[in-house]
Amino acid sequence: MSTASGPLDGIPAAEVPDVELYHPKSWLTKYVFSQDAKIIGIQYSLTATSIGLVALVLSWLMRLQLGFPGTFDFITPAEYYQFITMHGMIMVVYLLTALFLGGFGNYLIPLMIGARDMVFPYANMLSYWIYLLAVLVLVASFFAPGGPTGAGWTLYPPQAILSGTPGGQDWGIILMLASLMLFIIGFTMGGLNYVVTVLQARARGMTLMRMPLTVWGIFTATVMALLAFPALFVSAVMMLLDRLLGTSFFMPALVEMGQRLNHEGGSPLLFQHLFWFFGHPEVYIVALPAFGIVSDLISTHARRNIFGYRMMVWAIVIIGALSFVVWAHHMYVSGMNPYFGFFFATTTLIIAVPTAIKVYNWLLTLWRGNIHLTVPMLFALAFIVTFVNGGLTGLFLGNVVVDVPLSDTMFVVAHFHMVMGVAPIFVIFGAIYHWYPKITGRMLNEAMGRLHFWVSFLGAYLIFFPMHYIGLLGVPRRYYEIGETAFVPASAATLNAFISVMALIVGAAQIVFLFNLAWSLRRGRPAGPNPWNATTLEWQTPETPPPHGNWGKELPVVYRWPYDYSVPGAAQDFIPQNHPPARAAE
Amino acid sequence: MPVVIALVLVAVGSVAFHLLSPWWWTPIASNWGYIDTTLIITFWITGIAFTAVVLFMAYCVLRFRARPGHKAEHEPENKRLEWWLTIGTAVGVGALLAPGLIVWHSFITVPAEATEVEIVGQQWQWSYRLPGRDGRLGTVSARLIGPDNPLGIDPADPAGQDDVIVEGGELRLPIGRPVKVLLRAIDVLHNFYVPEFRAKMDMVPGQVTFFWFTPTRTGTFEALCAELCGLGHPVMRGRVVVVEEAEYHAWLEHQATFSRRLAAVR
Amino acid sequence: MSAILIYLALIGSVVAWWLSRQRLMAKPWLEVGVPVDAPGMGASGIPPARLGLWVFIAVVGALLTLFISAYLMRMHMSDDWRSLPTPPVLWFNTALLAFSSIGLHRAQMAARIGWREGIAVGLAAGGLSALAFLAGQYLAWRQVMEEGFGVATNPSSSFFYLITAVHGLHLVGGVVALGKTAYRTARGAPLAQLRLATELCATYWHFLLVAWIVLFGLLLHG
Repeated sequence: MSTASGPLDGIPAAEVPDVELYHPKSWLTKYVFSQDAKIIGIQYSLTATSIGLVALVLSWLMRLQLGFPGTFDFITPAEYYQFITMHGMIMVVYLLTALFLGGFGNYLIPLMIGARDMVFPYANMLSYWIYLLAVLVLVASFFAPGGPTGAGWTLYPPQAILSGTPGGQDWGIILMLASLMLFIIGFTMGGLNYVVTVLQARARGMTLMRMPLTVWGIFTATVMALLAFPALFVSAVMMLLDRLLGTSFFMPALVEMGQRLNHEGGSPLLFQHLFWFFGHPEVYIVALPAFGIVSDLISTHARRNIFGYRMMVWAIVIIGALSFVVWAHHMYVSGMNPYFGFFFATTTLIIAVPTAIKVYNWLLTLWRGNIHLTVPMLFALAFIVTFVNGGLTGLFLGNVVVDVPLSDTMFVVAHFHMVMGVAPIFVIFGAIYHWYPKITGRMLNEAMGRLHFWVSFLGAYLIFFPMHYIGLLGVPRRYYEIGETAFVPASAATLNAFISVMALIVGAAQIVFLFNLAWSLRRGRPAGPNPWNATTLEWQTPETPPPHGNWGKELPVVYRWPYDYSVPGAAQDFIPQNHPPARAAE
Repeated sequence: MPVVIALVLVAVGSVAFHLLSPWWWTPIASNWGYIDTTLIITFWITGIAFTAVVLFMAYCVLRFRARPGHKAEHEPENKRLEWWLTIGTAVGVGALLAPGLIVWHSFITVPAEATEVEIVGQQWQWSYRLPGRDGRLGTVSARLIGPDNPLGIDPADPAGQDDVIVEGGELRLPIGRPVKVLLRAIDVLHNFYVPEFRAKMDMVPGQVTFFWFTPTRTGTFEALCAELCGLGHPVMRGRVVVVEEAEYHAWLEHQATFSRRLAAVR
Repeated sequence: MSAILIYLALIGSVVAWWLSRQRLMAKPWLEVGVPVDAPGMGASGIPPARLGLWVFIAVVGALLTLFISAYLMRMHMSDDWRSLPTPPVLWFNTALLAFSSIGLHRAQMAARIGWREGIAVGLAAGGLSALAFLAGQYLAWRQVMEEGFGVATNPSSSFFYLITAVHGLHLVGGVVALGKTAYRTARGAPLAQLRLATELCATYWHFLLVAWIVLFGLLLHG
């Protein structure tokens, strides 16, 4: 197909729908019950960050216990298990998923594809309020009798609903399950929006292969989440019935503390299959948006086209599809049919290939680039380091027999924190430093940003890299304290204390970041519409920050792909996507 | 420049930490040396990949950092390079997977001569059941569990009469004989984990799971629970004592059988 | 988990078919300008609401298929399964739901030719028989309860209540949407709007009918 020529000047202005729609009547409908995807995105982000801070404090408390066992009397075993459970669940679902899809998805999708808003703004608004309700129910469990659940974020029955686990026979587990169900309902409303918006509301000329990888990542992750979250919903409903009505979906005949319970014949493994059928895609629901965003950060700040764009798109789609057939690699030692191990180890290691291709392409984008070491770029580099590290340890755990000695040890904890905690969070940081100027019109403070980066990057690496070796020693995860154990040398306690101190420092560095967010809102350097000289559409809005409706009178028309950086012969080292070809060579 | 130094430090430091740190797995005491070998292979392959990636990044940052007059090269893709990298990765992944699957196959193939031993988990202690003279374990059911019959052995089954029950003590095993460990739980999930044996498997209430191994070293080994089982999870400890065969039989003779226990209660 | 894998394979083939028409092999850096007439270059002409409904149906389909997966696994994983006496009223309910679906189909047809009374009649017939279906389902619950199968008696009855409840709740959601459409019809909303609304209701109803037939078959099987 030849597209380079044609009646480009004769393109009619894109149709302007009823702009009246975009003038909210009051402060309340503009900032609180807003139907503007950008405001909803900010609401999602702020809520997720707030609950994320709770998770951060919980991680401090658990690290205090692990690093200095016996020193802090106020942390009881029950509380310790409640802390780890809530920390895990908040980080995975209420922070990472909500922030990437609800936060970045809402803010970026309409802007990056040249739409005025999401296609179902009302459902989009409901999505946020239901999410907020889910968060409030979750927080309520801290104040409920018996406290929140301490079943571990995987909530495995039978222990999750028995009295030997904190919250098991109290309100904790009930509120947890209810909150998850609300989250899923709310997410589904948002998710339908993101998918249909990408499919139906793209600007003229915005073909799928001209979409920035950020949109590809968020879009694919949303499709996956829409199909995977029902599995969590099903397991939550069934566990709730087991707990409240005494059914036996997951509960076998068992004797708890000498008491025979009325359950009969249920299967704990059934829960694990359902849970991980959601749980594994969930990893990529977080990772794919991170992949997409980091691609755009690297390309923009290295002033070079993303290397192998097509491969990057295909890899996102292939990873998304494959991630639905690897779930049982979390269950190698669960007692499932051992022959499944062959299948799931193979699929799991196959998924490493498209993932590796993505890493190579990020590296090859840096290679022969013009690397500006801005704060977003620094975080992107830190993402590559931690993601590659955590991805490679995934090859240990995915390779069925190697998993046997390592499963349920601190090695696993170190692995998933590196790959699914630290790496995506670095992308979130990078993305915030990158898009904050568009959201607020001001730059974040550079010096504070660099301080935040260095402490977070080196600190997080020093936390989680040595932690693998504690796992190699044989220290199991989810231990309130390891105590006197023959095979654990005394020096391991020193290492644990070191990790805890680093955790406190890295946590404290986040305060700098939060302060920066607030400080720069007023005092930051004015950014102008396009401070990074980026090509994608969100930087080409007529106003910054963009108002409701985004584009003023005329929708943008897209003439080129999003990675025209350093094109030979061009006057500048970037050509915006909506720049018509006739004027490109000015 | 600090970025380059930091990246090099991360790469070199990680390798140095791996080589020099005193934290490493406990010496093996079972036949699963192959698992250690696959782990070592994995460390080599992934270690090389990690160091290469990070050092290459450091090189890129040094060589292609922004400076006056420097411009990025426009190069949308390079099919040949991408294919080579894909093939190389696939080979590396295959080199990890193949030994892994071979060892897994032997891990789940129990030798015919293995003797059966049962370990039962409950909140928060371990119990063990050893076959008596007949070498067979009797059938069990969670329905039969009671104060007199903590493991729920069927009193009507002749094979169960001479079973030896050890509650909360230590598990004795003879050296050099393959053992098929049958795992049961009577309340929640547990996992009998002895780091020296490398093998482990969850115990699931309502079903019987298994793993097998051959003890290769005499001594006392500490067992932990490796699947979250409630508040007492970290204190759920046990011990495995591996002894010479003769010593094992002498010990077994002195243990009370299930029928004797029942008789004593009556 | 085979049911959900088969379901995902179906969804996956639809996605793959669609992607195959999106020129994923194109080299976008070589194509500058607005590609005007090439296929798959822009958004399709499908109204967002219709596409949204289809995506929603795919999600609900995944949810129900996961229940089916859980049902089959629970049935075969343990030997305590007792088959449930299927109340004959379920057959009658199935007929009611089918009638409801036909009613909405008629409403959709009427909207297409612009016959307002036909829309009203179709919607009323569909809505009332949907409500009758829900009442019938409640009757079926009562009958199963009287047979001695409570919620926790046996997994077969637990699943029976759970699955019918989930299906029923989705129908309730549909009835709300239908009520809104009926209200609009009564207020004399423009035909174009009614056309889309009745079409969406009808599509959702057909889906819930098919889903019910599958779930009913499953319950008979158990």
